[in-house]
Order: sequence, then structure tokens, then C-alpha cells
Amino acid sequence: MSAPSVPVIRQSAGAGAARAAARRSGQKGAGANRRPRWLTYSILTVVLLVAVYPLYYSFLIASSTKEDVARHPIPSLIPGSHLWENMLKVVTSDIGFWAALRNSFVVSVVTAVSVVLFSTLAGYSFAKLRFRGRGPLLVFVIATTAIPTQLGVVPLFLVMKQLHLIGKLPAVILPALVTAFGVFWMTQYLEGALPYELIEAARVDGASMIRTFWSVALPAARPAATMLGLFTFVANWTNYFWPLVVLGAVPGKTTLPVALKMLQAHYYADYSQVMAGVFVSVLPLLVLFIVAGRQLVSGIMQGAVKG
Amino acid sequence: MATTTELEISPPVGDHRRRRPSRLRQKLGRFDVKASPYLYISPFFILFAITGLFPLLYTAYVSVSKWNLLTGRHGSAGFANYVAVLHQPFFWKALRNTVSIFLLSSVPQIILALVIAAVLHANLRARTFWRMGVLVPYVVAPVAVGLIFGQMFADQSGMVNALLTKIGMNPVAWHAQVLPAHLAIATMVNYRWLGYNTLVVLAAMQAIPNDVFEAAIIDGASRVRQFFSVTIPMIRPTLIFVIITSTIGGLQIFDEPTMFDQQNGALTAGGADGQFVTVTMYLYQLGWGSQNNLGRSAAVAWLLFLIILIISLVNYGLTQRIASEGGVSGRRGRRRKKVAA
Repeated sequence: MSAPSVPVIRQSAGAGAARAAARRSGQKGAGANRRPRWLTYSILTVVLLVAVYPLYYSFLIASSTKEDVARHPIPSLIPGSHLWENMLKVVTSDIGFWAALRNSFVVSVVTAVSVVLFSTLAGYSFAKLRFRGRGPLLVFVIATTAIPTQLGVVPLFLVMKQLHLIGKLPAVILPALVTAFGVFWMTQYLEGALPYELIEAARVDGASMIRTFWSVALPAARPAATMLGLFTFVANWTNYFWPLVVLGAVPGKTTLPVALKMLQAHYYADYSQVMAGVFVSVLPLLVLFIVAGRQLVSGIMQGAVKG
Repeated sequence: MATTTELEISPPVGDHRRRRPSRLRQKLGRFDVKASPYLYISPFFILFAITGLFPLLYTAYVSVSKWNLLTGRHGSAGFANYVAVLHQPFFWKALRNTVSIFLLSSVPQIILALVIAAVLHANLRARTFWRMGVLVPYVVAPVAVGLIFGQMFADQSGMVNALLTKIGMNPVAWHAQVLPAHLAIATMVNYRWLGYNTLVVLAAMQAIPNDVFEAAIIDGASRVRQFFSVTIPMIRPTLIFVIITSTIGGLQIFDEPTMFDQQNGALTAGGADGQFVTVTMYLYQLGWGSQNNLGRSAAVAWLLFLIILIISLVNYGLTQRIASEGGVSGRRGRRRKKVAA
């Protein structure tokens, strides 16, 4: 209640100023309790349509034939009847669809679990434990979140070559096992979400350090850990550059995004088939979004305020 | 020292047989307390050192070596790789394209994110629904976005050209011409990241305390004035964050332009005449494309690193200024939006 109310203004500045203040607070937008009008909702509806239409477009093309695509550049809003047929063509084509799907799944799950586990461990240590060098090391972590490590691609490739991992899935997984962002994120979260009293209580009860982490810190970290896991999953599912470099466009050996590129290269004349591939590849993440989109939204918003 | 503290802690009863194991346990316990913090952060630091930091630094070494993808290192090259790259017109073309696509994607994107966030920052019904709605494109892989928009922007029988013809305009050679190609690729980037950045900005707006607005209202500030003189300066740290991250990501752009190339040609040619080849595509082309020249590829990586650093710093400086003279930048921003539309 730091801003003067309308009656206060009437007393101090006269009736005219009070009327003006009342009028102004009536029209103020940000943070007001007033329900917005139809204009706001129409703008948002347009934004929503723009966000969803390209996906629907890929669905429309995927459900038509290549002749339809040539004849009607603007697809009719009613889907055609060839979706199943086109999807079957994609999954049985020579791009190795099922292997790519499985590879993408393995990479995304393993990296998500690993990033969450290692970030929570390190974040707990940075947020709640006292040790020499804590400050500088944390600054180092924060600084590295802004370093484009993707530019180390040439030596990273040489490292994988030394380890005889070229063309193998661990080459994609290994560099994604930890992220500086994850450590920073969990540090931020645990600083606020985990009271020292809980840790001390566990210690007094005779729990070892790792036991304390496991039964006190890990449960407390769950909301942030879920979000971090989701983001890591999405990032690795959609990653294209590094799998392309280290796995190459080899059917059966690569991940889904690279397989999509192969699909485009082999079938660029038949775009309904390419779009069927797009549609199938997007589907798993769409399901994830429907289930956990709420967490993604709040994850982004929490990260923004703290970061 | 250690003995005295132990003596103080342990019970003063002189039972030696009982104290021995407890002393061992205390020692272990103390080691646990001392070592655990380092143990917990070590997986991150070890893995990051091997897969992140070392490769980045080692890039500098590879970049001054003659290094073939298949046959390995063949001695030092001095700065020959850099000289060779800087003498390639293709490198400069790639750099021009990268910066152009980056500007076309990040400037309108940040302005639109501000506008949409301002709209979302109202007391909406079904708030979560709208927020999730803007985030849908985030789960579509850039590769998929590239394929979808590549088809929409197809030169022949593309949807965008069909719409243009319908309203009586000439179709555009989206793939063949430089600026249209950049616009189409920037559209893909904007499509995927606009919702994400909108939510980041929205979160910052919600963190502004309400009384700041109330004070502005008392001072007679209009809604537009509030937006430029209160909202934007108050969310400055977030704006800097968004601009820096989109600089780092945007200048490394690879996925969208490679997918935009619909022809069954070389993966990273970037169009018939390199009209949309980017620096990262060039990097890939040198190392893993036709030449197998990892030395030059590393030189490009190191150059791109420096460019990202410089542009990030310039952006940081610009953001500082934008926030301190909110009104001026607001006007400039609106003019830019008109150009982009």
C-alpha cells in the first residue's frame, strides 16, 4: 500500500486530481485486476493460430498425396485420407526410421537422467555445503553457461575418434551428460527450497553426507529436477548438428533429426512423405508437451526471474 | 589440534575400548564432510573439462596445424589456415548471411516478445492455456521447422507464393534470392523461439512490483509511456539475458538453413550460389564436407567464437543504453518493426 489511494489524493491535491487518478487507475493495464477485453483475446488467438498452424500444415500435407500438393499449394483445412499410407512409407523406407527413433529415445532419456542427477548433486553442494573454492568455482560455472561450447566441435570429434566412438551412440551421449546451465539452475533452486534445518536434522540423526543428499536434498529438488529433465530431453531430442557430425547420415546408426534430413534428401520430390516423417517425429514431443507443457511453461518463467 | 577437539567431543568416560572405533568413525565422518562437496561437484567438472572446455581450447591448437580428417596432423601451419579462410570470398558470404539472418530473427523477435508478453501480462481467463499455446513451437525440432517452412516458402507451388499471387503480388524466389532466403530462414528461427522468449519476458514483467506502476500512474504516465519508461527499464537484466542468448545461439545457426536447401545436393552448400550458407555450415563443409580440412574448420570455429564474443559485448553495451534512454529506443524500435513487417 505504498501508492496513495484516491481519497488521499482528494485531500492533498484537490477533487480534480482525485478524479484524474481514479480515471487513470481505471485504464491502467499492467497487473490490474480488471478483466481484459475482447481485443486482448483476439490478439492471443491470432498468436495461437500462428503457433499451431505450421504443425497442422505438416499434418495436412502428410495426409495428402504429392499430386494434391502440386495442385493446391494452399492446402484445404480438411485433412486428406493418405496419412496412414504416407506414415507407413516413412517407417518402412531406407532411412532406418525405427532405429533412429530408438536412438533418439535412448540419447534423450540417458542425458536427461544424467543431467538431472549430476546437476542436483553439484547444485546441492554449491547451495548448501561449505567448502574452499566454492565461490570461484560457482562463478566459473555461471560463466561457462555463456560459452558456445559447440564451437569445440573439431577437437571433440578427435576425442571421440581416439575413443573409437565415431558412429556410435555414446559419442552423442557423452558430451551431453552434464550442462553448466543445469548446475546453475539446481543451485539457484536448492538455495531457496531446501532449509538448512532439514539437512542438520538428518546429520544429527547420523545420516552420512550422501544419505542426506539422497533422502533430503533429492526430494526437495524434485520440481526443479523435473523441469530440468524435460528441457534436457527436448534439447537432445531436437539436436541435429553434433549427431550429424559424429554419427553421420547413416541409416540405422543415427538419430531422428538426421534421419529426417535423409528423408528430405531421398524424397524431396514427394513432400507429402517428407511431411509424414516430420509429423511422426514431432508426435512424441507433442505428447510430452500435452502431459508436461505446464511444467515447461513454469520452468521457463522461473528460470527467467532467477537467471 | 585434531586430538583436543576429539577429546572435547567424546564423552569424558575413560573407556578406551569404546573410544577407538568411535574415533575412527569420527575421522571418517570428518573426511565425509570435507570431501563430499568436492565429490559432488566433480562429475560436472570432469565431464565438462573433457567434453566442453578442453575441446574449445584445443580448437586453437588444431587451427594452427595442418590437420586432415582422415590422416591426422601433419605439422604446424602457423596462421596459414586463418589466412586461407579470410581470403575465401565464401567465408565472407557466410558471415554476411549469418549476421543478416541473425538480425532479421532477433530484432523482430525481441520486439514481438515484448508486445505479446505485455498482452499476456493481463488478468486473463485460462492463463495457462494461452501460455502453453505460445510455447507449442518450442517442442518442434529446428529440423522439422526447417522442413515445414521450406515447403511453405517453396519457390514453385509453395503456400506463401500462392497467397501472394492471390492478393495480386508477384511470387518471390524465396530460395534463389539472398534477402528473401534470409527472411524465410529468420521466420523459422522466430517461429521456434518467439514463444519461449515471450515467457521469459513475461516472467520478468510479473516480477515488477505493482507500486512502481501505481507511482507512474499518479505521475500521469499513459499506458504506452508506462511501457517504455517503467516496464522496459525494469526488465533490463532479462532483456540483456535474452539478447545475449539469442546472439550466442543465432550466430551458430545451422539446422534451419541446411534444411532450407531442398535440392538433393551437397548438405551444406547453402543454395546454388551460397545465398544462405552460414558460418557453421562453412565450418562443417571444411571439416566433414569435401575438403576434410580440420585445421581450417577449427580456424573458422575460433573466428566465430571471437565474432560471437564481440557481438555479445556490443549488444551488452547497446542494451545498457536502450534501458537508460527508454523513450528514444522505443521510437527506434517501432520504426524497426515497421521495416520488418
